[in-house]
Amino acid sequence: MRKTCLEQVHELARTDERVIFIGSDLGVGTLDAMVEEFPDRFYMEGIAEAAVIGMASGMAMEGLIPYVNTIATFLTRRCFEQAVVDTALHNLPLRLIGNGGGYVYAPLGPTHQAVEDMAIFRAIPNMAIVAVADADEMRRLMPLTLDWPGPLYIRLGKGYDPIVSEEKNGFTIGKAVTMREGDDALLVTTGVSLKPALESASLLEQKGIGVTVLHCHTVKPLDTDSVIKHARGKKVILTIEEGTIVGGLGGSVAETLMEAGVTPSKLFRRVGMDDRFAHNYGSQAQIMSSIGIDAESLTALVEKGVNG
Amino acid sequence: MTNRSTATLDERSLALRRSIVNTLVAGGRGHLGAAFSLVEILRVLYDDWLNYRADDPGWPDRDRLILSKGHGCLALYVLLAEKGFFPVDELKTFCAFNSRLGGHPETIIPGVEASTGSLGHGLAIGVGMAIAIRGASSRIAVILGDGECDEGSVWEAAMLAAKHRLDNLVAIIDYNKHQSYGATGSVMELEPFTDKWRSFGFAVEEVDGHDVAGVKEAIESLPYGKGKPSALICHTVKGRGIPFTENNLSWHHKSGMKEEEVESLMRALGDGS
Repeated sequence: MRKTCLEQVHELARTDERVIFIGSDLGVGTLDAMVEEFPDRFYMEGIAEAAVIGMASGMAMEGLIPYVNTIATFLTRRCFEQAVVDTALHNLPLRLIGNGGGYVYAPLGPTHQAVEDMAIFRAIPNMAIVAVADADEMRRLMPLTLDWPGPLYIRLGKGYDPIVSEEKNGFTIGKAVTMREGDDALLVTTGVSLKPALESASLLEQKGIGVTVLHCHTVKPLDTDSVIKHARGKKVILTIEEGTIVGGLGGSVAETLMEAGVTPSKLFRRVGMDDRFAHNYGSQAQIMSSIGIDAESLTALVEKGVNG
Repeated sequence: MTNRSTATLDERSLALRRSIVNTLVAGGRGHLGAAFSLVEILRVLYDDWLNYRADDPGWPDRDRLILSKGHGCLALYVLLAEKGFFPVDELKTFCAFNSRLGGHPETIIPGVEASTGSLGHGLAIGVGMAIAIRGASSRIAVILGDGECDEGSVWEAAMLAAKHRLDNLVAIIDYNKHQSYGATGSVMELEPFTDKWRSFGFAVEEVDGHDVAGVKEAIESLPYGKGKPSALICHTVKGRGIPFTENNLSWHHKSGMKEEEVESLMRALGDGS
């Protein structure tokens, strides 16, 4: 997914001279092909995220479209004020590409786990947030980033995530994808949580429980019409996100449904990390499982909710 | 370096300060000290150095000025109004509910290049602009406060500027030796300040920031080094122009001024006649 994303930046640079890439001390060899072809449009700066976002904002004020890439925690936490003031307040077309969304960097601990990125960026006016499910979906997203009018945060997964998105669904920033429909439960996903949701939906179908899976690759602006439409008449609604349940996708869906007066008859649950740090290492999959994001856990939760 | 200036203020400098006081009074509040130390710097920039078109603020060939110490905006507003970016009458709306002129400058105001107010942001933005317009005739000036230089992001941006050899960029530092709580020397020592900028890769000059001729000469001799960003350290006096506001921390930010305070300010600044 990351590889596809960066290759697409290079591709976009070929078609639009406003496109530039800025990294903050990324791995050796990053976008070598772009360095070769467009040496003046590739910037590798130091470990100075605050100044890098300021610099990128200054460049955007002059008409460029900077794609800025570093580890998601540093891109959202360290330079939060620059993202708010320099970028969002001026409504500039920066594309902030965060490596290692959620628990990708599980073994590296809480400093590297991007768990509240969606929550804090969602609170920034003008900021849009996208987390695609796989590389194919990334390929559909990237060409659209050229013309998105304001700042856009792109949360990346681990890379080589299994392909679960489908070409036929297309891609529109701000428009959720209905992956499948069923009458009993609604699973709302973002990023790589789509895969366990789809697997769970298949398992539940075998048990006679109909499941709608609504994939919100865009967490902001949330496709509230689709969320409300699919929430109506459901017994169970789960939101599934790789990170804190405070203020992200789950919070956004809950706010939307409460204000629309639409609630499930039996259970609403934000599946994700409780309001605590993960003091676990291991793998991304292990941490996700430990907080209920795997097909079995989701299936059990929906089943219990529907039959409860 | 001393925090006294030997320069005498001419009538234009006094008139600009009167206009600042009137604006502050209209808004009921404002950063007076920070604005007064800036007057001669801004005056020289707009009178003698910046290329701009007040009737076309986005003119691509303009020079860009970023007031990174956004709390000095009263001085900027007065200059922008005087130069025709917006009507002088609009100064009376300072900090009113529907005004464009807030306590920190925003890009909604014609002539304001970047919305500032939180310190430590402007230099990095200036770096980005300077990279983006490299090769064009335009130049980028960023005005920083001394207290602002406590922020680590200033020095991150300074490293970026040097790395990219931005000789189309100048950092102008209003070194009035005071920040909100006290003297910079006691709150956060900046010295050796000139050496800091130099060691970060800047070509540096120093000047008495209230000496109009001196500031003009310093600014007109930019850039100070080929392939290097420039820094002009302006030794200024916070609250310069009125004996009882000079170096007086209670005049850093002022609100709820009494009528007699305003009168004594205006008396000290002359009546313009």
